Amino acid sequence: MADRITLQIARYRPEQESEATFDEFDVPCPKDWVILDGLNHVKDQLDGTLAYRWSCRMGICGSCGMTVNGEPKLTCATFLHEYAPGPIRVEPLRNFPVIRDLIVDIGDFMRKLVTVKPWVVRDEERPLAAGEFRQTPDEMDEYKQYSMCINCMLCYSACPIYGLDPKFLGPAAIALAQRYNLDNRDQGSGERMEVLSEHEGIWGCTFVGECTKVCPKHVDPAGAIQRYKLTAALESMKSFFLPRGA
Amino acid sequence: MQAMHHGDLYTDYHPRWLRRHVSTYWWLEKRSYFAFILRESTCLFVAWFAVYLLLLIAAVVDGPDAYARFLAWSASPWMIVLNIVSFALMVFHAITFFDAAPQALVVHLGHTRVPGPVVLIGHYAAWVVASAAVIWLLTRAS
Repeated sequence: MADRITLQIARYRPEQESEATFDEFDVPCPKDWVILDGLNHVKDQLDGTLAYRWSCRMGICGSCGMTVNGEPKLTCATFLHEYAPGPIRVEPLRNFPVIRDLIVDIGDFMRKLVTVKPWVVRDEERPLAAGEFRQTPDEMDEYKQYSMCINCMLCYSACPIYGLDPKFLGPAAIALAQRYNLDNRDQGSGERMEVLSEHEGIWGCTFVGECTKVCPKHVDPAGAIQRYKLTAALESMKSFFLPRGA
Repeated sequence: MQAMHHGDLYTDYHPRWLRRHVSTYWWLEKRSYFAFILRESTCLFVAWFAVYLLLLIAAVVDGPDAYARFLAWSASPWMIVLNIVSFALMVFHAITFFDAAPQALVVHLGHTRVPGPVVLIGHYAAWVVASAAVIWLLTRAS
């Protein structure tokens, strides 16, 4: 195995250039180095002006998502040696406006996320004295998979629908809405339905399925969306045949 | 770098944001995107079979002459080619549809969730049963 590997890193310096360019860096390639280690090496040793996001280094914070050889990846969970002998092309996440180098503007996702109310909604808050909400393991299993989402936005980067129609609510926001819809402590599914059942909500999805393939936490947003389509269709049938809500 | 006071640099419409547009040929960029487009476009051939079935019913309703004309029309080489191609693409459509079903369809039996492969087998079983019923109808009539 080669002990070094070339990183081709996308650079975008808005004060100097109007298009992205690529810089090449030769970095060490020990077996335990991930792409993020390579980027940190570049930043520390070769070019301190390189801009990218990272925090936890362990697949929890969801900050270091980038496009690696055309695929959306968490760079902290993608080993350099998997791409030997290289070169490795590192670009910012697709489908988002680029602010600088490998940093994208995530504001669109953040604004969409709050519209689906990703928290436990109660008709009436229970007093603290009433104690905790009890939940059985079966009840928790209903939503646990969707709760693993770390908001890394790899799914948005992989979704061609979001790329073509930026108004689309997107995979992670819908999966997180389902995380709360399927939680038996939650009573907000009716409020979320208004946002989710819009054209730019679940019906924007054509089930390409790439979001599920690239998800580093196995959340399966595509499954969540299709499940919700079934729920929404049943609900609208119910309201059509039983207008008084029998 | 300009000073970042008043939030001037942080607006949605900042001219220096680099925005890349999705190519018209995005579906050629990845094998999985192409498979998706292929799956979606095969629905045209599914629609063709629905139209073909309606034409068949219309011919049967119009009497023996119309039915004979329909059969002669169906026996023309280009119709045979079209129907063979449509059949192959419809099978592709059905298989890819079934493959996607376990992801969309979550079935519970009591407290246990029916595993995905079982949902998939259920679809194929329903396909076999429906096909057997059609074959039974056809062979019984003759």
